[in-house]
Amino acid sequence: MQLTGAQALIKSLEMEGVEVIFGLPGGAILPVYDPLIDSSIRHVLVRHEQGAGHMAEGYALATGRPGVAMVTSGPGATNIVTPIGNAHMDSTPLVVITGQVSSAAIGTDAFQECDITGITMGITKHNFLVKSAHEIPRAVAAAFHIATTGRPGPVLVDIPKDIAQSTMEWWYPESIDELDLPGYHPVVELDADRVNQAIELIRAAERPVLYVGGGTLKSHASAQLLAFAERTGMPVVTTLMARGAFPDSHPQHLGMPGMHGMYSAVTAIQKSDLLISLGARFDDRVTGKIPAFAPNAKIIHVDIDKAEFNKVRRADVAIRSNVAAVLEAWDAQQASPQNLDVWWKEIDAWREAYPLVYDEPTDETLLRPQFVVESIARAAAPGTIVTSGVGQHQMWASQFWKFEEPGTWVNSGGAGTMGFGVPAAIGAKAGRPDRVVWCIDGDGCFQMTAQELVTARSEGIPIKVAILNNAYLGMVRQWQEMFYDERYSEVYLSPDLPDYVKWAEAMGCVGLRATNIEEMHAAIATANSINDVPVVIDFRTDSSEKVFPMVAAGASNDDIMVHPLQRESK
Amino acid sequence: MNTPEPFLGATSHTPVRHHILSVMVENKAGVLARVAGLFARRGFNIYSLAVAPAETKARFSRITIVVDAESAPLEQIVEQLDKLVNVVAISDIAPKDALERELLLATIKTNVDSRTSLLDVVGSSGAAIVDVDAGSVTLMLAGTPAACDELERELENYTTVELHRTGRVALPRLGKVALAAVPD
Repeated sequence: MQLTGAQALIKSLEMEGVEVIFGLPGGAILPVYDPLIDSSIRHVLVRHEQGAGHMAEGYALATGRPGVAMVTSGPGATNIVTPIGNAHMDSTPLVVITGQVSSAAIGTDAFQECDITGITMGITKHNFLVKSAHEIPRAVAAAFHIATTGRPGPVLVDIPKDIAQSTMEWWYPESIDELDLPGYHPVVELDADRVNQAIELIRAAERPVLYVGGGTLKSHASAQLLAFAERTGMPVVTTLMARGAFPDSHPQHLGMPGMHGMYSAVTAIQKSDLLISLGARFDDRVTGKIPAFAPNAKIIHVDIDKAEFNKVRRADVAIRSNVAAVLEAWDAQQASPQNLDVWWKEIDAWREAYPLVYDEPTDETLLRPQFVVESIARAAAPGTIVTSGVGQHQMWASQFWKFEEPGTWVNSGGAGTMGFGVPAAIGAKAGRPDRVVWCIDGDGCFQMTAQELVTARSEGIPIKVAILNNAYLGMVRQWQEMFYDERYSEVYLSPDLPDYVKWAEAMGCVGLRATNIEEMHAAIATANSINDVPVVIDFRTDSSEKVFPMVAAGASNDDIMVHPLQRESK
Repeated sequence: MNTPEPFLGATSHTPVRHHILSVMVENKAGVLARVAGLFARRGFNIYSLAVAPAETKARFSRITIVVDAESAPLEQIVEQLDKLVNVVAISDIAPKDALERELLLATIKTNVDSRTSLLDVVGSSGAAIVDVDAGSVTLMLAGTPAACDELERELENYTTVELHRTGRVALPRLGKVALAAVPD
């Protein structure tokens, strides 16, 4: 069967089970958009290529399947660089197809030419510049294989226009042996010796903590984690990338560690004698000052990527594996620590002394942002998916929403990409149309990518967006207040400019505003009653609210600052 | 490539403490850029680098990279290199276990007075004359980096027009751990 390269590309995506592509056409990718008309694959037409990338990420994080985005060459490709970098930091499986100028024009500074494989070399797991139509099936199959195996990540496939227009005899790789990847070995056998060395440490431990990272979600190990945690009775902390990997309602869950983590989670790590890292990478937002991090803990480090071992903290036992396999192996050998009663007594005292708190909601001030998040969460259907941008609202969402299952928390962790929330929500909803999807956003983040509300409305993707509008770049404002003598430099945005209700309405969405508690509850109820179009609520929140607890950048986790309400008691 | 200044000994072209990484890669466009880019992104100095197809199989190349052990935490470099999809195998050869060789080519101005003594230098260093004209000589030395260093010092007494070294390639000494085999 003779196909054009373009037809072969679409057919290859179908072979990989792709159900939706987020994209925007342009000159160099034009040939590929023609056979797309005849394909079963849904295409979501975005308004900016950055939106396509974040939608693909939201889709991937909510469904566990690779997200796919397709854009043209030059600026189309550079506009998706931020989502690619974001996916690289958060190990999100992504396949990005970019058009490229014709082979003969490469290197001539042709119209809309850019070296996108060069640009993305450091922020993709791998990338391909396809040189013949015959190679398209192999490149696509390899891209999906690489994106989804081992430590997942973004893979870019760059296709020159003439390659898409030339013809090939259709074929498709039948096994990974045909992918021509002699240097790629994502799966290794579990090292039994190391499993046993770890068990010895577990058996000796009196103050263990399960430090659960995004790799636990990526390896679909939540069930194994629950079983292991319940059998051993160990306390669990879930990082920002792992929220939902362990139920927040579980009594052994201490919550999120790190810069804005729960006091008990941060302190339990600090005082632990054994830290079991499950797909986490000792990020600086978790460790604080590295020499002061969990100073008395032995480290068991489980990761599928061995480059993470000893990168930040030297491991006593490093096990290269997916998280699920290790937990199963430990369970098979009934690995258990010492009696943890004393340890739990200490932890419970911290939990009791320093729960998450905020000032009493009142109509004397604008809305408390924490109260808004809690109120949305209380009124939300079980299984609601939450996305966020980056900043204060993200931390409040992570702190005050109760996550019970994998795939319900979609955020930008490693890269900290403002503007992630709205397009990620659209992608999540496209992948999980059965779920309610709330984007908890900030006013600064919203303005970066909210043109995609047009996409949401026109594609029939009814997300709900809560803007915690404090009229500031809130996290920067918080740092300026705390560390720059309240010298507020370029952080004020205005609550009224733009008019978020009109913005929503102009884009075909329902726009609501809430300035007091009664309006807040009413707006949430209205939003929950609307299921056919996107809804945006402009919550007017108190700009003086800050995120606590907080460990200042570069400080030791021992110097955690609790909420002012709790300071006298500390 | 970066200047070797920060880690050079007073007279030697060899880093004070160096590592030799022999990296087998797929022989494809852009692979060298991926490898070199990885060093650059982390601010690691490459002292010398030599690339050529491995054994007789054109599908793979060996890249011999000499890095300064002081400037770079080797464990991280090796692990990050290993993550590159096009990198097939990495061998870290300890300098004491390595047979290191490189090639030096130099064109030296000569006159009647200097030509005889230059020929003595060539003879005693094991170099060879590869080109001659009325006013200059091009010589070549294939040898250890130390031998090339020594010849270079000797040539400081003459007027050098051009001098170029290839950067070293290395194999483990017999009896030491061999390099990874080229895949079929």
